[in-house]
Amino acid sequence: MKLALLELVRRPGRFATAAVILTLIAVLLMFLGGLLDGLISSSTNAIKAQSGDVIVYSESSQASFLRSRIDPELRSTVESVPGVESTGGIGIVQLGARIPGNGPRDLASVALFGYEIPPNGVPDIPADGEVWADEVLKADGVRDGMELLLGPARSPVTVIGFVKDTTFNGQGSLWASPATWRSVLADNRPDAQLADGVFQALIVVGDADPAAIAADIDATTEDATESFTVPEAVKAIPGVEEQQGVFNQIIGVTVVIALVVIALFFALLTVERTSLYGVLKALGAMSRTIFLGLVAQATVVTLVAGVIAAGLVLILDAIIPPGAIPLDVSASRIITSIVLLLVAAVVGCSFSLRRVLRVDPASAIGTGS
Amino acid sequence: MSNTNAATATVTGTALELTDVRKVYTLGDGSEVVALADASLTLTSDEMIALVGPSGSGKTTLCSIAGGILSATSGSIVVGGEDISGHSAKELTKFRQEKVGFVFQSVNLVPFLTARENLLVVDELGRRTGGPARERADQLLEELGLADRAKNLPSQLSGGQRQRVAIGRALMNDPALVLFDEPTSALDTHLGEQVMELIRQEMKTRGIAAIVVTHDERITHYCDRSVHIVDGYLQS
Repeated sequence: MKLALLELVRRPGRFATAAVILTLIAVLLMFLGGLLDGLISSSTNAIKAQSGDVIVYSESSQASFLRSRIDPELRSTVESVPGVESTGGIGIVQLGARIPGNGPRDLASVALFGYEIPPNGVPDIPADGEVWADEVLKADGVRDGMELLLGPARSPVTVIGFVKDTTFNGQGSLWASPATWRSVLADNRPDAQLADGVFQALIVVGDADPAAIAADIDATTEDATESFTVPEAVKAIPGVEEQQGVFNQIIGVTVVIALVVIALFFALLTVERTSLYGVLKALGAMSRTIFLGLVAQATVVTLVAGVIAAGLVLILDAIIPPGAIPLDVSASRIITSIVLLLVAAVVGCSFSLRRVLRVDPASAIGTGS
Repeated sequence: MSNTNAATATVTGTALELTDVRKVYTLGDGSEVVALADASLTLTSDEMIALVGPSGSGKTTLCSIAGGILSATSGSIVVGGEDISGHSAKELTKFRQEKVGFVFQSVNLVPFLTARENLLVVDELGRRTGGPARERADQLLEELGLADRAKNLPSQLSGGQRQRVAIGRALMNDPALVLFDEPTSALDTHLGEQVMELIRQEMKTRGIAAIVVTHDERITHYCDRSVHIVDGYLQS
C-alpha cells in the first residue's frame, strides 16, 4: 500500500491520463446529475414547498391540477375525516406573461397559483390583483412593482415581491389570492373557469401520519378523490418519473464507462508491471498486498479526479446565468457522484485481480528483462 | 536486526540441504519433462558455490526451489534449518520474507524508490520493524559504499551501484542463503569482477551461504566450488 502511494506521489505523470479522463467523466456525471436535479426541481418545487401534509385531487385527475375539481361539498367531506385539521384550496393556470420592456412576442411562461394556505417561503395571501413572483422570473426581466399582463386577455397583476424555489413545470410561479387566480383563469381559459368556492385541489394539514390521512380521505369520499402525501404528489406529477428514469439511465451508463476506463487503465498498468510484481512476490509480497496497492491507487486517482471535477462544476454553476439552464449543483449530488465513481474504481480494479494472482514469483529468476 | 538466521545456520553448520529433489512438469499432451532430477546439494553456512550450466539445464529451477518460489515434485529442502518441502504458498511467502535473499539478473530495483527505500522494501513486505530496519539499511548502504547515494533513484545510479543496492536488498532480512541470478551479466568484465569480489567479501564476512548462477566460467573462481548442471542432473 505504501509502495503504491509512493508511486502516485513520485510518478504522478503516469496516472495523468487516467486522472484527466476520470475528471471529464466526473464532470459529466455531476453535470448530468445537476441537470436532473435542476429539471426535477423546476418541475416540482411548487409542490415540494407546500406546507400541508396531503394534497387532494379529484378522481381520475392523475395528479394533474388541470383535470381536477374539488367543489365545496367534497371539501366538507374531506374536512370531516379524522386527522384533518384544516384544508386550503389551491389552483393554477399556466399562461404567457407580457413583461414591460420586453418585445410583444417575448412572453415569459408563468404558472399563476391561487392559494389559501401559504407554501413554505411564500408570504400571506396578497391583495387581489397582486402577486408574489418566483425569483427565476428576474431572468425574464420581471422586477418588483412591475405590472405583468397575463394570457390572451392580458389580465394585469402587480408584482409585490419575490419568493424562492417555487417553480412548477419549468415555469416561474406567481402566487395570488384565490379571487385573482379565479378571475385570470376565467378571462383566459373560459372553458376551464371555476365557480366561487371550487378549487382544483386541496392542501390538507393533518395531525396524523400523512399516508394514513390520505388513505382515510379517499375511503371517506368513496374514491371521489385521489390523495397523495407531498412526496408522492411530487413523484406523481406527469413527466417527473420519466425524466428521472432517462437521466438515471444516462448516469448509469456514464458510471459503467468510468468503470471500463479504470478497468482498462489498471489492467494495462498491471501487464506493464508484471516483471516488477514478480520481483516483489519473490521478495515476499503477497498478491493481496499488490492488489490492495492497485485499489489504493485507483481510489486516490478517482478521488482527485472527483474533487477537481467538483470544483469545475461549481465554477460552471457560478458562471452560467441564472435561469439559462436548470442546473442545480448540490453537495449531495457531488458526493453521490464521487461515491459512484469510487465504487466503479474498486470494481474496475478487481478485473486486474486475476492477473495479479497469476504473476509467478519464479518469473523474476532466469529472465534478463 | 538480529543475526538469528545466520546464527541458526552456524549452529547447524548447514545453510542449504537438498536431498533427492525432483521437479517434473506435465505438458498439455500428458507427457512429462524432468527439469530437475533427484538433485542433492549441501551448502555449509558460509559456503559460496557457482551453479554453472547451459540454458535450460535446470539452474533456474534449482534456484527457485532452494529460494522457496517453486515447489518440488519430491525430495527434501532444508534452508537455514527450516524444512520447506511441505510448505504451503503462504508459508513459502513468509519463508522468503525471512530466510532468503535474491539478486536478480536485471537487478530489478523498484524504479520510483531511492536506494535506501529499495532496501526497506524487504521490511515493508515482511516484518515491518521500522526503526531497526532503517538502521540496518543505513548500515548496509554504508558498508556497500553507497551512503552518499542513499537518496538517489535507480535511474541516477550506475550499473555497478544498482547491483550493489540489489545486494544490500538481498541482505536486508539477514538471510541464511542468497541466490544470485547471473549477477554480472549486465556488467562489463572489470565491473563484473568488482561486483563478484564484493559479493564474496559480503558473504564471507557475514557467514551467509550463496549460490551464484552463471554462464561465465571466468567468475567461478570467486566461489568456493562450482557445481555443474546438465539436463536437470547435478554434476559436482
